[in-house]
Amino acid sequence: MPIAMPQITVRYFASLRERLGRTEEVLDLEGIRTVADVWARATGEPPPANILAAVNLEYADFSRPVQDGDELAFFPPVTGG
Amino acid sequence: MTIRVQAAAFDPWEELTSYERSARERLAGKTGGAAVFVGSMRDFNQGQTVRAMTLEHYPGMTVNYLEKVEAEARTRWPLLDCLVIHRYGPLQPGDPIVLVAAWAAHRDAAFSACRYLIDELKTRAPFWKQEQTAAGRRWVAPEGSEK
Repeated sequence: MPIAMPQITVRYFASLRERLGRTEEVLDLEGIRTVADVWARATGEPPPANILAAVNLEYADFSRPVQDGDELAFFPPVTGG
Repeated sequence: MTIRVQAAAFDPWEELTSYERSARERLAGKTGGAAVFVGSMRDFNQGQTVRAMTLEHYPGMTVNYLEKVEAEARTRWPLLDCLVIHRYGPLQPGDPIVLVAAWAAHRDAAFSACRYLIDELKTRAPFWKQEQTAAGRRWVAPEGSEK
């Protein structure tokens, strides 16, 4: 029986979404430990100075570990209200 | 305590009237003060005329953080009730964007909680404003000292 590969969902918002040209993707977790690893795999860019991260709808440091089934998000500083 | 994030336009004064009416039994006689903040869309920003705006948000996280901020306000001040409504999607100049109202026995708690709710919402709830000007679309930069 095939074993499902551990995966995470990554979402992008606002100016970052436009710059990357995508809103969402699913990544295999192989070789990924932290939020910073997800950013590197997804964008191929060095750690960003002005981008925030969230894991499962909570703000998270780039050093935070990630696990199978997590929903990550990257976005610029917020401007609501 | 009510939190709503919606695309539909709303009239903050009608919302307050109907909310107070529905909460009358709970609030009447106990409330000594209500503080209200209404944020609306300007037709100018950073020296340019703004024709329209789109508010993007991260649906689940937005509600999560509005609930967090509200829960924090309730632990800091003895609130009897609060109401938060925030728009997303396309907006026109003059449209109300956000309504924050706090009810308490005394004015200090009501003012302080209302101020806390809007300030924390602005720095933590994941919304992003994009303006349409004569020069095209631009993402709004976060506020610095301007409040």
